[in-house]
Formats: sequence, structure tokens, C-alpha cells
Amino acid sequence: MTDQTKSSTPAKPPFWRDPDKRALVFQGVFLLLVVVVLFTLIRNTMLNLEARGISSGFGFLETSTGFKIAETLIPYDESSSFFTAFLVGLLNTIKVSVIGVFLATILGFIMGVARLSKNWLVARLSAVYVDTLRNIPLLLQLFFWYFAVLRPLKNPKQADNFFDIIFLSNRGLYGPKPIFEDGSGLILFALIAAIVGIIVLRIWAKKRMENTGERFPVFYTSLGLIIGLPLLALIGTGFPVSWDIPELKGFNFRGGMVMTPEFSALVFALSIYTSSFIAEIVRAGIMSVDKGQTEAAYSLGLKPSWTTRLVIIPQAMRVIIPPLTSQYLNLTKNSSLAAAIAYPDLVSIFAGTALNQTGQAVEIMGMTLAVYLFLSLTISSLMNWYNASKALVER
Amino acid sequence: MIKKVVLSSLSVAVASTLMMGTAHAGATLDSIKEKGFIQCGVSQGLPGFSNADEKGNWTGLDVDFCRTTAAAIFGDADAVKYTPLSAKERFTALQSGEIDMLSRNTTWTQSRDTSMGINFAGVTYYDGQGFMVRKDLGVTSALELDGASLCTNQGTTTELNMADYFSQHGMTFEPVVFEKSDEVVAAYDAGRCDVYSTDASGLAAQRTKLAEPEAHIVLPEIISKEPLGPAVAHGDDQFFDIVKWSIFVTVEAEEMGLNSSNIKAAAANKDAAPAVKRFVGAEGSLGENLGLEADWAVNVISQVGNYGEIWERNVAPLELPRGLNNLWSKGGIMYAPPLR
Repeated sequence: MTDQTKSSTPAKPPFWRDPDKRALVFQGVFLLLVVVVLFTLIRNTMLNLEARGISSGFGFLETSTGFKIAETLIPYDESSSFFTAFLVGLLNTIKVSVIGVFLATILGFIMGVARLSKNWLVARLSAVYVDTLRNIPLLLQLFFWYFAVLRPLKNPKQADNFFDIIFLSNRGLYGPKPIFEDGSGLILFALIAAIVGIIVLRIWAKKRMENTGERFPVFYTSLGLIIGLPLLALIGTGFPVSWDIPELKGFNFRGGMVMTPEFSALVFALSIYTSSFIAEIVRAGIMSVDKGQTEAAYSLGLKPSWTTRLVIIPQAMRVIIPPLTSQYLNLTKNSSLAAAIAYPDLVSIFAGTALNQTGQAVEIMGMTLAVYLFLSLTISSLMNWYNASKALVER
Repeated sequence: MIKKVVLSSLSVAVASTLMMGTAHAGATLDSIKEKGFIQCGVSQGLPGFSNADEKGNWTGLDVDFCRTTAAAIFGDADAVKYTPLSAKERFTALQSGEIDMLSRNTTWTQSRDTSMGINFAGVTYYDGQGFMVRKDLGVTSALELDGASLCTNQGTTTELNMADYFSQHGMTFEPVVFEKSDEVVAAYDAGRCDVYSTDASGLAAQRTKLAEPEAHIVLPEIISKEPLGPAVAHGDDQFFDIVKWSIFVTVEAEEMGLNSSNIKAAAANKDAAPAVKRFVGAEGSLGENLGLEADWAVNVISQVGNYGEIWERNVAPLELPRGLNNLWSKGGIMYAPPLR
């Protein structure tokens, strides 16, 4: 016996015949090659830039830009640094993406549900909407909306006047801007309190329903809270809010808040284009829920609206969320077409004007790429987290 | 999995290294001679400067200075291929070697000349930034433009000049900045802006594209110096010299009274003045010094013409006055160093 076991143990093969070790060596060589190539690439770039007298490095970020930007969320003027301009562009990109995603989701859900409607006209209209909009290139839609928004509008002197506080002209939609004076901190506090209250209420209502089966009108209570509490605070502090009403001075309106034609057109185009894709995703999600689920819900005596809200949508969401994430990513990346219609987003300001003024393509494109990567990864991870929370828990 | 990732990143890296190789090709002139043509960066359509007709033939002042260089190098002014570029793309295209020279109404500034790895070969057009407005606005001076919206192009000196001018005069404005000039014109025409601002020559050229050109006026103020000229990338001084001197010979020819119709006769004339003999290459070694044929200047003038002819052909139809762009001897500042 002992003899046999000894002879059956094969002699240890040399390492080049051991697949595991061989693979390790190959991967090591590959890795080394990649490092060498990357190193040469970076070194080459640096040397070439230097040989051609092209400035490099990130020093330019601190110098002042010298150009003006029309729409900024943070204070910015010509003497601000290129880094501030970068932030202005970034915030404008985020602004248009967030609003675009919000509107696209609402529109997409309405259109998706409408396409499944039993009403022939509603279903057909939705089908036409989807098939037209998703088959026209976004850039063309952008130009269409921009010039479609622009052409019919009058110049500021003949602006459409709504109650002397809102003015619509080809310079944009001007409206009053609230100015919070001393003591208005309480209003913000009331708003936060209302939001916290709603979250607590939802958790409590869910628990109560699970325990006793009684339902609580969460929606209307929440609505009351979010309007009522700040309103109470407003009355309690004696209206410490004044309005900055836009006024026509010279060429244009001064003061107030403005929604420019560029911003409107970009939000319009992005959300409508993306909503046509979301509509199809929603339709797919709803159709993926087995008809038996509806029948089961009806047989339990659930109202049709409850059936949709409590049975179909939660199950459809499992199918909807992953492709929805892609659409959110697309919308964010598509917002970079803004440069075509003069909306000052990151690509327009930073990868456009700033790149041209400094000539430092490598650094600027690198930063811009990094930003889009960061934005996309953030959206993905948020949506993945949401997906995980909605995924079917199998027992 | 790891292998896959490694492999794909490796191929990307190799591809990028290969692309780097072409970008840093030593001598521009060698590669031009090898290809047999000049790749010239021009605008995407600016009448009078660089504009393509429906058959794809490019004409204009900027185009003619691509052609002078081709005539000097190959003796054939048509040995040029054109790359239309937006204002934003132009410097990157030149830096990366995608084009051999940039002749795209580009302003020569100190920072562009020193920090972008490019050299300006001369001035082919002395320009300045102006403003165009609708006549019915009743504006007669740029100083009345406080609070106006200004449409302009992205990535130009225009953006900087506007900001300087308005803050210097304590005025505010709203910039509306587009990537391409066609959109600038369309937005201005649609009434998005009160003012369209760019180089005065550009205003005259773009005005022809407006729905009603007569309904607009160019304001008298010129707020900046915009010397426009071709640029080349660092790294090939010989090519730089050739581009520079193919500009100067057109100015010199106009001053000497040589033009496309009499240059051949002048070249054949054995009793011509010494300056003319040097010009046509019958005497001296001007061509040789540049690494060109002796009759390079004859080719330039006979095929493209002198500066005056180039102006008359391209810019005069825009009804722009010759002004600063006249010869120094006629009240302008066009001046060529001596050819000797």
C-alpha cells in the first residue's frame, strides 16, 4: 500500500509546466508591459509638449480667465480664476442634468403608462411620441427647440407681461426672486422639520399598516406638512421675505430670476428625448409583470389604482431601474451638447473657451473626462443602491 | 477577466503611442514634401476669407495664403487640402500636427505665440473688433450698449475684448457664446442678442448671410487690435520661414508693381532692375536660402497674385475699406522687409 501511494504521487513538475504559476508569470509580464507603455506615453507627452514650447501643468487654474459667463450659480466675474470657471461649468452641467432627469422621468412614466392605455387614441399618441422623438438625433432636436423657442418670442421692449411680475421675451423668462431677510432662518428650519416629519410619518404609517392593516393618508398629510409648516413660520415671523421684481432697463430686464432660452431649450430637448426611451423602459417593466398578479390582486378585492400602485409598479421597478440608470447616464453625458446652443456647461466653458484661451488640451480634457466619469459613477452607485433596495427579496 | 482588461488597456496604450509618433514628426516640411500637399486649417465658412462654394472649391484671403505657400514649395498653388475648423478646435489641430498650417483669421497675441507651441508667420490682415446692431435699436455708439446681450463665437479673443471693454466703461452685458459661427448668425438674426460682435472683417462677411443685411449697421468703435495671420507649429524653422516669406513676397510684389499678369515677362526680361532680378531668382540665392527653387516667388505671384490682387479678389467685394491694409507707401502699414 505504502509503496503504491508513493508511486501515485507525481513528481513536482517544473514551474513552467504548472498552469497556475505560468498564468501568474504571464500576467506579471503583461502588467509590466502596461506600466512601461503607460510610462513611455506620459513621458513622451511631457517631452513633446516641452519640445514644442506648449505650457503644461495645472498652474493655469489659478490665473484669471478674462472672459464673462452668462449663467452662474456661484459668484464669478472676469477676474475669477480658471478653477472658478471650471466650477461654474460643472454646476451648470449638474443643474441641467438634475432638472432634466427629473422631468424625463415624469414624462417617461406618463408616456410609458399611456402607451398601455386601453384608450386607443391615448395609446396611439404615445406610440407616435416615442417613435418620433427617439428616432431624431438629439443635436437636431436641440436646434429645433432652441430656434423654436426663440423665433416666436418678442424682444424685451414688447415682452409678454404677466401681472407686471413675470416677463417673457427672447432674453428669457424673467420672474420675481425672493430675498430672504433677517429672521427667515426659521422658515428654512420649518421646511427641514416638515421633511423630517414626513419621513418619520411614512415609517410609522408603514409599521402601523403591517401590524393592524389600517391605512393612513400619508400623501395628504405630507402635503399639508410641507406647505403648512413653512407657511406657519412665515406668518409667525411676519413675512421677512421681499421680492426682487425684474424691471425693463435699456436693452433688457434687470433683477429678478431668469430662465434663459438656452437653458430652457437644453432642458426641453434632453428631457423629451430621454423620456421617449424611458417610456419604452416603463412599458417593458409593466408588461413583464405576470397578468396573474393583477388577477390575484383583483380577487383579493384591491381597487385598480391600488393594484397598479401596490402590486404592479413595485414588481415592474425591478425591471425598470437598471436600464433607467443608463438613460440617466446618457442624459448627463448628452448635456455636453450644450455648447452648440450657447448654454455655458462644463464642455462649453472649460473644454471650450478655457481650452482655447490656455491651449492646454491635455490637462483640460483630462479634468473634463474625470468629471464625467465621476458624475456617471455617482449616478450609477446611487441607482445601484436604489435597485438593491427594490430588488426582489427571495426567501 | 484580468487578462482581458490587461490586453485591452495594452492595445489602447500601444495605439496611443503610435499616434504620438505621428504628432511629433520632426520636420513639417519633410512630411509635406512626402505627401505632396499642404494640409491647411481654415474656417468653416467666412466669405472673403475662407469659404467653400457648392463644388467644394475654397476661396478667400486666408485660403490664398495657403496657396502662396503651396506655390512656393511645389510650384503648384493647388497642392493644398483644407480642413475646416471651429475657433475652438484650431490650435489643438495645429499642435497635434493634424494640419500643417493654420490660416483661419486668427489673431496674433503674445500668449498664443509663446505658450501654445505655435508661431505666427506674419500679418495678412490688420483687423479690429467691432459691433453690429439692428438699425431700429437706434444705437449709434458702442458706449450705449450697457445691459445688452452680445452674441459671439467661442474660443476667440473677442470674448476677452468684450469683457475688457465693458468693464473698462463700467457697463454690463450678457454674453451668448456659440461654438460655431453659423449658430451665432442664426441666433443674432432670431433676435436673441442685441449685438453681434466679432472682427470688423467678420462682421462685414457674416452680414451677407443675414436675412436683411441692410437692416443692420456696424458701430464706429473698433475696440481692439486684431492682427490676423497664418500660424505654424513649433519645431520646423524652415517651414516657418517659407510661410513667412510667401506672405512677404506678395506685399513686396505689389510695392514693386509686379502682378500675376506681368511677372512672367519680368522674369524673362534680361535687362530688368537688380531688385526685380533678385525677386524672380535670376540673381542671388533667395530661393536657395529657403530651400526652394529659384523661381519660387514667380510661382507665387503668377499663380496667386500680389497682395493687392488677393485683396481685390476676396475682400473688396465685402465693401471693406483697404485702410491699414494698404501699402506703407500708400498710408497703410503693410510692409515687407527687403528681399536681399
